Amino acid sequence: MTGAPSGAGSPRVWIAILLIGIATYGFRLSFIHLFGRIDEVPPGIKRPLRYVPPAVLAALVLPDLMTLRPSVAATLLDERLIAGAVAGAVAWRTENVFATIVAGMATLWLFRFVVFA
Amino acid sequence: MDGDRTDGSSPTHDPTGDSSLDDDHASDDRFVDGDLWAGVRDVSPLMLGIVPFALVAGIAAVDAGLGLAEAIGMSVIVFAGASQLAALDLLGSNAPLAVVVGTAVVINLRMVMYSASIAPYFADYDRRLRAGLAYVLTDQAYALSVAEFDENPGRSRWRYYLGAGASLWAVWQVGTVVGVVVGTGVPDTWGLTFAVPLVFLALLVPAMKDRPTTAAGVAGGAVAVVAAGLPLNLGLLVGAITGITVGLVTEVVGA
Repeated sequence: MTGAPSGAGSPRVWIAILLIGIATYGFRLSFIHLFGRIDEVPPGIKRPLRYVPPAVLAALVLPDLMTLRPSVAATLLDERLIAGAVAGAVAWRTENVFATIVAGMATLWLFRFVVFA
Repeated sequence: MDGDRTDGSSPTHDPTGDSSLDDDHASDDRFVDGDLWAGVRDVSPLMLGIVPFALVAGIAAVDAGLGLAEAIGMSVIVFAGASQLAALDLLGSNAPLAVVVGTAVVINLRMVMYSASIAPYFADYDRRLRAGLAYVLTDQAYALSVAEFDENPGRSRWRYYLGAGASLWAVWQVGTVVGVVVGTGVPDTWGLTFAVPLVFLALLVPAMKDRPTTAAGVAGGAVAVVAAGLPLNLGLLVGAITGITVGLVTEVVGA
Protein backbone atom coordinates (compact mmCIF):
# COMPACT_ATOMS: atom_id res chain seq x y z
CA MET A 1 0.00 0.00 0.00
CA THR A 2 1.46 3.34 -1.01
CA GLY A 3 -0.89 5.42 1.10
CA ALA A 4 0.08 3.87 4.44
CA PRO A 5 -0.28 6.33 7.30
CA SER A 6 2.84 7.74 8.87
CA GLY A 7 3.46 8.20 12.54
CA ALA A 8 3.67 5.96 15.54
CA GLY A 9 3.29 2.28 14.85
CA SER A 10 3.86 2.63 11.15
CA PRO A 11 6.53 0.31 9.73
CA ARG A 12 7.36 3.13 7.29
CA VAL A 13 9.13 5.08 10.04
CA TRP A 14 11.21 2.11 11.19
CA ILE A 15 12.10 1.17 7.62
CA ALA A 16 13.31 4.73 7.00
CA ILE A 17 15.31 4.75 10.24
CA LEU A 18 16.96 1.41 9.44
CA LEU A 19 17.82 2.27 5.83
CA ILE A 20 19.24 5.69 6.74
CA GLY A 21 21.09 4.18 9.68
CA ILE A 22 22.68 1.39 7.65
CA ALA A 23 23.77 3.76 4.88
CA THR A 24 25.14 6.30 7.35
CA TYR A 25 27.14 3.72 9.27
CA GLY A 26 28.47 2.42 5.95
CA PHE A 27 29.68 5.94 5.10
CA ARG A 28 31.30 6.34 8.50
CA LEU A 29 33.02 2.98 8.34
CA SER A 30 34.02 3.09 4.65
CA PHE A 31 37.59 4.41 4.67
CA ILE A 32 38.21 3.71 8.33
CA HIS A 33 37.73 0.05 7.42
CA LEU A 34 39.62 0.24 4.14
CA PHE A 35 42.73 2.05 5.39
CA GLY A 36 43.30 -0.61 7.99
CA ARG A 37 43.93 -3.05 5.16
CA ILE A 38 46.32 -0.97 3.07
CA ASP A 39 49.63 0.19 4.48
CA GLU A 40 50.10 3.64 3.03
CA VAL A 41 47.48 6.19 2.16
CA PRO A 42 48.11 7.13 -1.48
CA PRO A 43 49.26 10.77 -1.75
CA GLY A 44 46.62 11.32 -4.42
CA ILE A 45 43.99 10.73 -1.74
CA LYS A 46 45.85 12.40 1.10
CA ARG A 47 46.22 15.82 -0.52
CA PRO A 48 42.54 16.56 -1.18
CA LEU A 49 41.65 15.31 2.32
CA ARG A 50 43.42 18.33 3.81
CA TYR A 51 40.63 20.48 2.41
CA VAL A 52 37.74 18.40 3.72
CA PRO A 53 37.31 20.25 7.05
CA PRO A 54 37.15 23.83 5.69
CA ALA A 55 35.16 22.93 2.55
CA VAL A 56 32.54 20.75 4.24
CA LEU A 57 32.14 22.86 7.37
CA ALA A 58 31.73 26.04 5.29
CA ALA A 59 29.17 24.31 3.05
CA LEU A 60 27.26 23.32 6.19
CA VAL A 61 27.44 26.74 7.87
CA LEU A 62 26.95 29.40 5.24
CA PRO A 63 23.50 28.35 3.94
CA ASP A 64 22.28 28.57 7.55
CA LEU A 65 23.60 32.13 7.84
CA MET A 66 22.32 33.62 4.60
CA THR A 67 19.84 33.21 1.77
CA LEU A 68 20.23 34.79 -1.66
CA ARG A 69 17.44 37.35 -2.14
CA PRO A 70 16.53 39.56 -5.12
CA SER A 71 18.42 42.59 -3.81
CA VAL A 72 21.89 42.85 -2.31
CA ALA A 73 20.54 44.85 0.62
CA ALA A 74 17.94 42.23 1.48
CA THR A 75 20.60 39.51 1.28
CA LEU A 76 23.09 41.34 3.51
CA LEU A 77 20.66 42.87 6.02
CA ASP A 78 19.95 39.47 7.49
CA GLU A 79 20.19 39.12 11.26
CA ARG A 80 21.64 35.62 10.84
CA LEU A 81 24.44 36.88 8.58
CA ILE A 82 25.27 39.76 10.92
CA ALA A 83 25.30 37.42 13.92
CA GLY A 84 27.43 34.95 11.96
CA ALA A 85 29.92 37.68 11.04
CA VAL A 86 30.25 38.76 14.68
CA ALA A 87 30.60 35.14 15.82
CA GLY A 88 33.16 34.48 13.07
CA ALA A 89 35.23 37.47 14.20
CA VAL A 90 35.08 36.27 17.81
CA ALA A 91 36.08 32.76 16.72
CA TRP A 92 39.02 34.16 14.79
CA ARG A 93 40.27 36.41 17.61
CA THR A 94 39.67 34.07 20.56
CA GLU A 95 39.45 30.52 19.12
CA ASN A 96 37.00 29.97 21.98
CA VAL A 97 33.88 27.96 21.12
CA PHE A 98 31.90 29.17 24.12
CA ALA A 99 32.59 32.85 23.37
CA THR A 100 31.73 32.27 19.70
CA ILE A 101 28.31 30.81 20.46
CA VAL A 102 27.47 33.43 23.12
CA ALA A 103 28.50 36.30 20.80
CA GLY A 104 26.48 34.85 17.92
CA MET A 105 23.31 34.28 19.94
CA ALA A 106 23.54 37.69 21.64
CA THR A 107 23.93 39.44 18.28
CA LEU A 108 21.04 37.47 16.80
CA TRP A 109 18.75 38.46 19.67
CA LEU A 110 19.95 42.09 19.60
CA PHE A 111 19.00 42.42 15.94
CA ARG A 112 15.85 40.33 16.10
CA PHE A 113 14.31 41.88 19.21
CA VAL A 114 15.81 45.41 19.20
CA VAL A 115 17.32 46.67 15.94
CA PHE A 116 15.02 45.06 13.36
CA ALA A 117 12.03 44.79 15.69
CA MET B 1 37.89 25.97 30.59
CA ASP B 2 41.22 26.39 28.84
CA GLY B 3 43.10 27.07 32.03
CA ASP B 4 43.72 23.44 33.00
CA ARG B 5 46.08 22.64 30.14
CA THR B 6 48.81 21.68 32.57
CA ASP B 7 47.18 18.68 34.24
CA GLY B 8 47.23 15.31 32.53
CA SER B 9 47.88 16.39 28.99
CA SER B 10 51.57 17.20 28.95
CA PRO B 11 52.98 13.91 30.30
CA THR B 12 51.21 12.05 27.50
CA HIS B 13 53.03 14.07 24.90
CA ASP B 14 55.53 11.73 23.36
CA PRO B 15 57.88 13.44 20.91
CA THR B 16 58.58 10.18 19.10
CA GLY B 17 55.05 10.60 17.96
CA ASP B 18 53.89 7.37 16.48
CA SER B 19 50.73 5.75 17.61
CA SER B 20 51.50 2.06 17.69
CA LEU B 21 53.49 2.04 20.93
CA ASP B 22 51.28 3.71 23.47
CA ASP B 23 47.99 3.25 21.69
CA ASP B 24 47.35 -0.46 21.40
CA HIS B 25 47.11 -1.52 25.00
CA ALA B 26 47.65 1.08 27.61
CA SER B 27 49.82 -0.01 30.45
CA ASP B 28 49.41 3.21 32.37
CA ASP B 29 46.04 4.29 33.67
CA ARG B 30 47.02 7.93 33.90
CA PHE B 31 47.24 8.03 30.13
CA VAL B 32 43.79 6.53 29.73
CA ASP B 33 42.25 9.19 31.89
CA GLY B 34 44.38 11.98 30.49
CA ASP B 35 43.58 11.47 26.82
CA LEU B 36 39.97 10.39 27.25
CA TRP B 37 39.37 13.30 29.57
CA ALA B 38 41.00 15.73 27.14
CA GLY B 39 38.46 14.70 24.51
CA VAL B 40 35.57 15.14 26.95
CA ARG B 41 36.93 18.52 28.05
CA ASP B 42 37.54 19.87 24.55
CA VAL B 43 34.09 18.87 23.30
CA SER B 44 32.22 20.32 26.28
CA PRO B 45 31.89 23.93 25.02
CA LEU B 46 30.35 22.55 21.81
CA MET B 47 27.48 21.16 23.88
CA LEU B 48 26.09 24.69 24.02
CA GLY B 49 25.07 24.12 20.43
CA ILE B 50 24.47 20.36 20.59
CA VAL B 51 21.88 20.54 23.37
CA PRO B 52 19.42 22.78 21.46
CA PHE B 53 20.12 20.71 18.33
CA ALA B 54 19.16 17.50 20.16
CA LEU B 55 16.09 19.10 21.75
CA VAL B 56 14.92 20.19 18.31
CA ALA B 57 15.47 16.66 16.98
CA GLY B 58 13.18 15.36 19.75
CA ILE B 59 10.56 18.06 19.17
CA ALA B 60 10.67 17.47 15.40
CA ALA B 61 10.13 13.75 16.00
CA VAL B 62 6.93 14.49 17.95
CA ASP B 63 5.80 16.95 15.27
CA ALA B 64 6.32 14.28 12.61
CA GLY B 65 4.12 11.86 14.56
CA LEU B 66 6.85 9.61 15.95
CA GLY B 67 6.57 8.00 19.35
CA LEU B 68 9.28 8.01 22.01
CA ALA B 69 10.67 4.62 20.92
CA GLU B 70 10.91 5.71 17.30
CA ALA B 71 12.54 9.02 18.24
CA ILE B 72 15.13 7.25 20.37
CA GLY B 73 15.56 4.58 17.70
CA MET B 74 16.34 7.25 15.14
CA SER B 75 18.82 9.08 17.37
CA VAL B 76 20.62 5.84 18.25
CA ILE B 77 20.58 4.18 14.82
CA VAL B 78 21.13 7.23 12.63
CA PHE B 79 22.93 9.54 15.10
CA ALA B 80 23.35 12.39 12.59
CA GLY B 81 21.38 15.51 13.42
CA ALA B 82 21.03 17.33 10.11
CA SER B 83 19.83 14.21 8.31
CA GLN B 84 17.44 13.37 11.15
CA LEU B 85 15.77 16.79 10.93
CA ALA B 86 15.43 16.51 7.16
CA ALA B 87 14.04 12.98 7.35
CA LEU B 88 11.56 13.94 10.08
CA ASP B 89 10.36 16.90 8.07
CA LEU B 90 9.73 14.65 5.06
CA LEU B 91 8.17 11.85 7.13
CA GLY B 92 5.81 14.39 8.66
CA SER B 93 4.69 15.60 5.24
CA ASN B 94 4.15 12.03 4.01
CA ALA B 95 6.88 12.14 1.37
CA PRO B 96 7.65 8.85 -0.44
CA LEU B 97 10.00 6.59 1.50
CA ALA B 98 12.61 6.79 -1.28
CA VAL B 99 12.73 10.59 -0.96
CA VAL B 100 13.02 10.44 2.84
CA VAL B 101 15.90 7.97 2.68
CA GLY B 102 17.53 9.57 -0.38
CA THR B 103 17.64 13.03 1.18
CA ALA B 104 19.08 11.80 4.46
CA VAL B 105 21.66 9.68 2.65
CA VAL B 106 22.85 12.60 0.51
CA ILE B 107 23.18 14.81 3.60
CA ASN B 108 25.28 12.13 5.30
CA LEU B 109 27.54 11.44 2.32
CA ARG B 110 29.99 13.94 3.82
CA MET B 111 30.75 11.21 6.40
CA VAL B 112 32.65 9.39 3.64
CA MET B 113 34.97 12.38 3.42
CA TYR B 114 35.41 12.46 7.20
CA SER B 115 36.03 8.72 7.21
CA ALA B 116 38.74 9.03 4.57
CA SER B 117 40.30 11.99 6.35
CA ILE B 118 40.47 10.41 9.81
CA ALA B 119 41.18 6.83 8.63
CA PRO B 120 45.00 7.19 8.42
CA TYR B 121 45.06 8.11 12.13
CA PHE B 122 43.18 4.92 13.02
CA ALA B 123 44.94 2.58 10.58
CA ASP B 124 46.97 0.80 13.30
CA TYR B 125 43.97 -0.20 15.40
CA ASP B 126 42.32 -3.58 15.11
CA ARG B 127 39.19 -4.08 13.08
CA ARG B 128 36.72 -4.23 15.96
CA LEU B 129 37.97 -1.04 17.55
CA ARG B 130 37.81 0.75 14.19
CA ALA B 131 34.24 -0.49 13.67
CA GLY B 132 33.28 0.95 17.05
CA LEU B 133 35.07 4.25 16.48
CA ALA B 134 33.27 4.66 13.14
CA TYR B 135 29.89 4.59 14.86
CA VAL B 136 30.55 7.82 16.78
CA LEU B 137 31.99 9.70 13.79
CA THR B 138 30.30 13.11 13.69
CA ASP B 139 31.15 16.57 12.36
CA GLN B 140 32.24 17.70 15.80
CA ALA B 141 34.21 14.62 16.90
CA TYR B 142 35.90 14.58 13.50
CA ALA B 143 36.86 18.26 13.36
CA LEU B 144 38.08 18.38 16.97
CA SER B 145 40.09 15.17 16.70
CA VAL B 146 41.84 15.85 13.40
CA ALA B 147 42.89 19.28 14.67
CA GLU B 148 44.15 17.76 17.93
CA PHE B 149 45.98 14.86 16.21
CA ASP B 150 47.94 17.34 14.10
CA GLU B 151 48.71 19.64 16.98
CA ASN B 152 49.51 17.01 19.59
CA PRO B 153 50.91 13.82 17.98
CA GLY B 154 51.59 12.20 21.37
CA ARG B 155 47.91 11.80 22.14
CA SER B 156 46.32 8.39 22.27
CA ARG B 157 44.13 9.09 19.32
CA TRP B 158 41.32 6.66 19.91
CA ARG B 159 40.92 7.69 23.53
CA TYR B 160 40.79 11.39 22.72
CA TYR B 161 38.36 10.79 19.88
CA LEU B 162 36.21 8.44 21.97
CA GLY B 163 36.10 10.96 24.82
CA ALA B 164 34.67 13.53 22.42
CA GLY B 165 32.51 11.12 20.41
CA ALA B 166 30.93 9.28 23.34
CA SER B 167 30.14 12.56 25.12
CA LEU B 168 28.39 13.83 22.02
CA TRP B 169 26.51 10.55 21.71
CA ALA B 170 25.28 10.63 25.32
CA VAL B 171 24.20 14.27 25.17
CA TRP B 172 22.49 13.64 21.84
CA GLN B 173 20.42 10.75 23.22
CA VAL B 174 19.45 12.52 26.44
CA GLY B 175 18.63 15.71 24.53
CA THR B 176 16.39 13.82 22.10
CA VAL B 177 14.42 12.23 24.95
CA VAL B 178 14.03 15.57 26.75
CA GLY B 179 12.87 17.13 23.47
CA VAL B 180 10.23 14.43 22.99
CA VAL B 181 9.00 14.58 26.58
CA VAL B 182 9.12 18.32 27.24
CA GLY B 183 8.17 19.34 23.72
CA THR B 184 7.91 22.91 22.53
CA GLY B 185 8.45 24.86 25.73
CA VAL B 186 10.76 27.50 24.23
CA PRO B 187 9.24 29.95 21.74
CA ASP B 188 10.47 29.58 18.16
CA THR B 189 11.43 33.26 17.88
CA TRP B 190 14.38 32.73 20.22
CA GLY B 191 16.01 30.84 17.40
CA LEU B 192 17.92 28.43 19.65
CA THR B 193 18.66 26.26 16.62
CA PHE B 194 20.93 29.09 15.48
CA ALA B 195 23.44 27.70 17.96
CA VAL B 196 23.89 24.77 15.53
CA PRO B 197 25.60 26.72 12.70
CA LEU B 198 27.53 28.65 15.37
CA VAL B 199 29.10 25.37 16.51
CA PHE B 200 30.13 24.57 12.95
CA LEU B 201 31.46 28.12 12.58
CA ALA B 202 33.61 27.71 15.68
CA LEU B 203 35.10 24.57 14.10
CA LEU B 204 35.41 26.15 10.64
CA VAL B 205 37.41 29.26 11.53
CA PRO B 206 40.47 27.46 12.95
CA ALA B 207 40.30 24.98 10.03
CA MET B 208 41.01 27.89 7.65
CA LYS B 209 44.64 28.25 8.67
CA ASP B 210 46.45 29.16 5.44
CA ARG B 211 45.66 30.38 1.93
CA PRO B 212 44.56 27.07 0.33
CA THR B 213 42.37 26.03 3.29
CA THR B 214 40.84 29.51 3.43
CA ALA B 215 40.11 29.39 -0.30
CA ALA B 216 38.53 25.96 0.17
CA GLY B 217 36.24 27.32 2.88
CA VAL B 218 35.24 30.47 1.04
CA ALA B 219 34.51 28.60 -2.19
CA GLY B 220 32.68 25.75 -0.44
CA GLY B 221 30.47 28.11 1.52
CA ALA B 222 29.70 30.41 -1.41
CA VAL B 223 28.77 27.57 -3.76
CA ALA B 224 26.62 25.94 -1.07
CA VAL B 225 24.67 29.20 -0.66
CA VAL B 226 24.12 29.54 -4.41
CA ALA B 227 23.18 25.86 -4.73
CA ALA B 228 20.94 25.86 -1.65
CA GLY B 229 17.83 25.36 -3.78
CA LEU B 230 18.95 22.05 -5.30
CA PRO B 231 16.78 19.03 -4.53
CA LEU B 232 17.84 16.36 -2.01
CA ASN B 233 20.07 18.93 -0.28
CA LEU B 234 22.66 18.40 -3.00
CA GLY B 235 23.96 21.94 -2.43
CA LEU B 236 25.99 20.70 0.53
CA LEU B 237 27.85 18.12 -1.57
CA VAL B 238 28.33 20.42 -4.56
CA GLY B 239 29.73 23.09 -2.24
CA ALA B 240 32.02 20.65 -0.43
CA ILE B 241 33.46 19.19 -3.64
CA THR B 242 33.96 22.65 -5.15
CA GLY B 243 35.72 23.80 -1.99
CA ILE B 244 38.11 20.84 -2.00
CA THR B 245 38.91 21.44 -5.67
CA VAL B 246 39.55 25.15 -5.14
CA GLY B 247 41.81 24.31 -2.19
CA LEU B 248 43.90 21.97 -4.36
CA VAL B 249 44.09 24.48 -7.21
CA THR B 250 45.14 27.27 -4.83
CA GLU B 251 47.84 25.01 -3.40
CA VAL B 252 49.27 24.34 -6.87
CA VAL B 253 48.98 27.92 -8.16
CA GLY B 254 50.31 29.49 -4.97
CA ALA B 255 53.38 27.26 -4.77
